[in-house]
Amino acid sequence: MVFATVIIVGSFFLIVGTIVSKGFPALSWEMLSEIPSGDFYMGGEGGILNSILGSLYIAAGSSLLALIISVPIVIYINMYLKKSSWMGNLTRLGYDVLFGMPSIVYGAFGFTLMIYLGMRASLLGGIVTVTLLIIPIMVRTMDEVIRTVPKELFDASYSLGATRLETSRVVLKQVAPGILTAVLLAFGRGIGDVASVMFTAGFSNDIPKSLEDPASTLPLAVFNQLSSPVEEVQSRAYAAALVLTIVVLLISISARVLSKRLSKNKI
Amino acid sequence: MTFETPHISVQNLNLYYGANHALKNINIDIPNKKVTSFIGPSGCGKTTLLKTFNRLHDSSLEVRVEGKVLLDGENIYDKNAEVTSIRKKMGLLSQRPFPLPMSIYDNIAYGPRIHGERDRHKLDEIVERHLKDVALWPEVKDRLKSPASRLSIGQQQRLCLARGLAVNPEIILGDEPTSALDPKSTQKIEELFIELKEKYTIVLVTHILRQARRVSDYVAFINNGEIIEFAPTEELLLNPKQKLTQEYVKGFVS
Repeated sequence: MVFATVIIVGSFFLIVGTIVSKGFPALSWEMLSEIPSGDFYMGGEGGILNSILGSLYIAAGSSLLALIISVPIVIYINMYLKKSSWMGNLTRLGYDVLFGMPSIVYGAFGFTLMIYLGMRASLLGGIVTVTLLIIPIMVRTMDEVIRTVPKELFDASYSLGATRLETSRVVLKQVAPGILTAVLLAFGRGIGDVASVMFTAGFSNDIPKSLEDPASTLPLAVFNQLSSPVEEVQSRAYAAALVLTIVVLLISISARVLSKRLSKNKI
Repeated sequence: MTFETPHISVQNLNLYYGANHALKNINIDIPNKKVTSFIGPSGCGKTTLLKTFNRLHDSSLEVRVEGKVLLDGENIYDKNAEVTSIRKKMGLLSQRPFPLPMSIYDNIAYGPRIHGERDRHKLDEIVERHLKDVALWPEVKDRLKSPASRLSIGQQQRLCLARGLAVNPEIILGDEPTSALDPKSTQKIEELFIELKEKYTIVLVTHILRQARRVSDYVAFINNGEIIEFAPTEELLLNPKQKLTQEYVKGFVS
């Protein structure tokens, strides 16, 4: 037990420690507030604002899109299909398989789809691909949460003459904190993934102004800077990784606070 | 035993859980505005029978129901029967109270709202009236907006009763409604049942013989998916005709 705790907590501090110690000295206001200049990756002026915003756009956009798609799916397989129906089980199996799929496969699929539709690498392409990537995470997480709702709560609503749709709303209220967790997990995956957006969102030194503009992302910025031969740029890569960590941490904390408020009425 | 105008009339009802024949050829009439109790050993099918009355088995794939349950003369298992309106006629109290994940006020207002009541003043009035019906009003009137989950378990069960009454049912179904409660809360619920039978038909599942005796007018003894005996309370509990009933009442069959 103590050993396990030491390993987990130790590796956490090791990772965060490395990023902070290497990244913090290179972190500057310029880095957060400016877009990269032409020779940024060779040690030139500028920052990674384009990547920060690009990542946030993609993660937020795809989380929202995936939520809109996932909630009806989960409600349908839990409330409208009978228990242990083959359709529900097949759906769950499908999402389990998709869950384990490497993100580069999604990237390749998204890329094919975009070529077929005649699209260029763009913010929209990235959002759609990441949406596909995180839907299985959302569906499976929400599914597990809804399955923990006691059957009697469904019965209580049904026996008042509620329809399945009305009962679904009650169930969603009960599992609201769980749904938030699902969104958070998906957001975390979406913001940190590089393989799915590499081809689909493209790369740009500018902040995307519309859905059709290509967009850079933070993980990609880390990757590009780490592969630079210039030492200063390499240390900036750690700074970018630090920014990524802080963003995820902030989202995490605010989700916790929100989750507390959402579970006020939970039975 | 038959009644002239039974509220619920079960005719040749069979229920299967997969291969398991859980209810065997049930025939019983539930009298209007009386308390009828189902007693019997655990797993005998009394709760299963109760749940056939408002079709709560509908969502399970394994359950198959054959036969008829007539509610005011109409078969609720008819293909054209509308399940939400059947359920609206019956309030259900489960073994443990399950308030909805909302405030006290919204728990009561939920039923009327889904059936189309939007008027604030009317909803206020409904909430107050039904909380008074279950003698909960003085305890909660200052915290109607606080979560129902903060109430004690006895209060929650009375809240659930009020929630059921708020959709104007004709029947109250109680599935061992006091099994999770302390003696004092149990007593309150029992007193409420005796009061409520003026206006409602009440069907109770219970394994406490004394409770059946205290609150019910008629008792049915169920064993192994069959109704063994159905009679007025005193007669069944003090002077049972069937051997199985005699054994159960004396405590031989647990």
